[in-house]
Amino acid sequence: MTDFSQSLALIAAEELLTVVGLVLLLCAAWMGDKASRLISIVAVAALVACAFIAAPALCGGLMGPERVAFSGQYTADAFSAFAKLLIYASGIASLIVAPRFFGRVGAMRAEYPILVLFAVLGMNMMVSATDFLSLYIGLELNSLAAYVLASFLRTDERSAEAGLKYFVLGALASGIILFGMSLTYGFTGSTNFAAVALAMDGTLATGALVGLIFVLAGLAFKISAVPFHMWTPDVYEGAPTPVTTFFATAPKVAALALTMRVALGAFGTQVDAWQQIVIFVSLASIVVGALGAIGQSNIKRLLAYSSINNVGFLLIGLAAATQEGASAMLVYLAIYVAMSVAGFVVVLMLRDAEGRPVEAIADMAGLSRTRPALAWALAAVMFSLAGIPPLFGFWGKFVVFQAAVNADLVALAAIGIAASVIGAFYYLKVVKIVFFDEPANVVAEGSESGVDALAHKVVLLIASLFISPLGYLLTPWLGDLADKAAAALYFVG
Amino acid sequence: MDGFPILSLMLLVPLVGAAICFFVPAQTARMVALVATLVDLALGVVLWASFDIGGAQWQFVERAELFAGFSYALGIDGIALMLIMLSVFLMPICIGASWNSVTKRVGEYMAAFLMMETLMIGVFAAQDLFLFYIFFEAGLIPMYLIIGIWGGDNRIYASYKFFLYTLIGSVLMLIAMFWMVREAGTTDIPTLMATDFPAGAQNWLWLAFFASFAVKMPMWPVHTWLPDAHVQAPTAGSVILAGVLLKMGGYGFIRFSLPMFPEASANLAWVVFTMSMIAVVYTSLVALVQHDMKKLIAYSSVAHMAIVCMALFSFNVQGLEGSMIVMLSHGLVSGALFLAVGVIYDRLHTREIDRYGGLAINMPKYSLFFLLFTMASIGLPGTSGFVGEFLSLAGVYQISSWVALIGTTGIILGAAYMLYLYRRVAFGDQKNADAAAMPDLDKREWAMMLPLAAAVLWMGVYPESFLAPMRADIEWLDQRLAAAAPAGDAHLSEPNPEAVAEHHGEEAAAEGGSY
Repeated sequence: MTDFSQSLALIAAEELLTVVGLVLLLCAAWMGDKASRLISIVAVAALVACAFIAAPALCGGLMGPERVAFSGQYTADAFSAFAKLLIYASGIASLIVAPRFFGRVGAMRAEYPILVLFAVLGMNMMVSATDFLSLYIGLELNSLAAYVLASFLRTDERSAEAGLKYFVLGALASGIILFGMSLTYGFTGSTNFAAVALAMDGTLATGALVGLIFVLAGLAFKISAVPFHMWTPDVYEGAPTPVTTFFATAPKVAALALTMRVALGAFGTQVDAWQQIVIFVSLASIVVGALGAIGQSNIKRLLAYSSINNVGFLLIGLAAATQEGASAMLVYLAIYVAMSVAGFVVVLMLRDAEGRPVEAIADMAGLSRTRPALAWALAAVMFSLAGIPPLFGFWGKFVVFQAAVNADLVALAAIGIAASVIGAFYYLKVVKIVFFDEPANVVAEGSESGVDALAHKVVLLIASLFISPLGYLLTPWLGDLADKAAAALYFVG
Repeated sequence: MDGFPILSLMLLVPLVGAAICFFVPAQTARMVALVATLVDLALGVVLWASFDIGGAQWQFVERAELFAGFSYALGIDGIALMLIMLSVFLMPICIGASWNSVTKRVGEYMAAFLMMETLMIGVFAAQDLFLFYIFFEAGLIPMYLIIGIWGGDNRIYASYKFFLYTLIGSVLMLIAMFWMVREAGTTDIPTLMATDFPAGAQNWLWLAFFASFAVKMPMWPVHTWLPDAHVQAPTAGSVILAGVLLKMGGYGFIRFSLPMFPEASANLAWVVFTMSMIAVVYTSLVALVQHDMKKLIAYSSVAHMAIVCMALFSFNVQGLEGSMIVMLSHGLVSGALFLAVGVIYDRLHTREIDRYGGLAINMPKYSLFFLLFTMASIGLPGTSGFVGEFLSLAGVYQISSWVALIGTTGIILGAAYMLYLYRRVAFGDQKNADAAAMPDLDKREWAMMLPLAAAVLWMGVYPESFLAPMRADIEWLDQRLAAAAPAGDAHLSEPNPEAVAEHHGEEAAAEGGSY
């Protein structure tokens, strides 16, 4: 245990985000929307600073009692650091790509970066939480910011609808989690993960089991796993594309990291109770995500189903319920974030002659002839999402399935990987439209110039290089970091 | 050559070429591709020349721990050497075949082919299980693009079918690989080849690998992607598909299924035999009624690969050697036949057999080459096809006379459909004026046909050159399989030695008495 001042030192990143967020809020109030660019830059700088704060904990593989703050409410170990770095990267990417999108419709408001900062703060708390109470606070802080972000284009009907849907269903999910937490607390007598795990060891009371199921169901909502996935396509489609980029990456990382902490930490002594649920949810997500995507004509909806599909693969790592599985999930998450960012940045770069965003897949026909670089990047993302080597997306599936096989879940691995072929079909469809079809001439030819366009290209280049075969050179390093993080997750003090 | 990373260099040359091709105009891209493939061919010749026959089982070994979970390990034995030679030999010919016929997006086309070459060499040279898998699977992407962008009218359907069929086959193999690596604790292929997996698990592992290789091979009833892919692919794409990609299936059996799971191979050989017997007869009959030249040759490929499958599971040296020679020979011959089809397709833009006729009159040189390759496909003595098919069926006969009998039927039917094809295309009346007006081979086509013809004859007359590097490896594999090999049904009944001696005695006495 640590005293109060040490606790405060452990949450330095969160404090920084809070202070910067509040100061920027004041700036926004006084300076108005014309300061939005400045505020964005400061927000990016704050996230970079937070990354530097979090990195040492990960590289040093820190864990144990000296990383626990506020009497077990909070843990700043290597595991949370890994998740935080991914969240910061996603946050930075979605801040960089925002101005051009919102600027076109005159909606680049100063609140956008601030809301992203607060959402990131909430996610920081989610991944560091080792107590149901701090978990819930983080979850809600993130969700509230996210609801506003989803409906950020106030005048756009789809955006407003997305925000409302997200809010109603998100609130329901929060209620379910809260109910599950209360039951768990009632039957175990504690909200602390370690204490809950201790109390649940041995025979499991029915009430505690119900609590566990409700908590997991609520979390399944947050990670958009089947059968709690319905909101995802609508929200992804309706939300402004930079916000969708954010939703597809950072909250996914946070919610999955949180699910790992809860399942492997708080309920870690009752693996048998939840393993079959996770197995079902993962296979259902893979299949439904793949089948649902086939009929989509909007690229954002397609990527939404793709994210459901990917969550299914991630949960295979959780179903393994081993340290190797946890490490595999983290590797997969890192690759997934890069793939999603690359995919959405390509979507953001697709403009028609009047500068309107292009979202219909049919409008991308023949893109390889008008915008070859963009087309190849999109193809790389699609093949990577489909898990075809030598693209890096394959490595994510590789480690996850290897973990499942090593945990004696051979049947699960075989069914899961066979179902991944269904997913390959719609990824191929996108490649087919982009490469094989005659040009539809909707997307404007020639790339734009200017700082914002350059920023898009830089983000896309970094993400594309990561998912290219060159990414394999990073595997030892990435695997090492993920192992450290997973070891911290499994650390029993 | 010690320590010089020649295999890595062979992987790198086409890769660099591919990267350059993306950014240069059409004519430069063609030159870059030709130079890159010729350099790789030269490196291949150096590789063959410096391969120490009778030396270490694995040569030119390279190893670098670049990745987590698996290593960058390359190395070849004689079997891999021969298949690499086949790949690098066919590649410049493919580039030549696309020289004039591909006019749109030339840079990307050449890049896709060069990537393909890297991946093919990688498949045969990989010494790490997962590295092999990556190369094996990665080939799908360029091939999908080649069929889909530069293919015929029905290219979209064919490209999907090719991709999804092959992918379904392969993914289960990956799960089996995980299990093997967990059991054996290594990803090193040579070590795994000598590992004895528990007999109970072998059947499952074998089936998972079989799913992948059977699709790739392709075996009946999962062969249906092949005619579509072949017909729709551009000529060079067909050459590479038939010439090298199908060999990955056979290579998989000889490198993984047989040495790693000998017991399962023996237990489940009947599956292979049944599927191969059906394939030989069924696809040969289908080939007989085709109107499309490429489709006919595609079906003949399935039939030939079925002979390869039978021979692989004959568990004796003849069969294994025969299957390797059939694979090499089929790589050359079917590649050459697709090329021959491509030559006249470039002139008349149809693959319909009826649109040709009497080509021997206006294209005598072309008809000569076409005849040679037709005969090689049938298995005429003196051509490569004979050596392979003879050895294969001799091997198969030792294990099952029935399978050999049905397999031989395929050869007879093969003669029927190939000769029928040749008669309709090259002989008879010149019933179509446009076909009759086609000019004979030009220099570029000569340059593509001549090396293929020379190789076919070389392999037919002196197969020892090709068998020698593989001999020790096949011997090793035969030893490895010896314990599991099932007893054959076709042993000659040995005459009773006593009776023979008695008989000889009587004869001797009779002879002696006569003097």
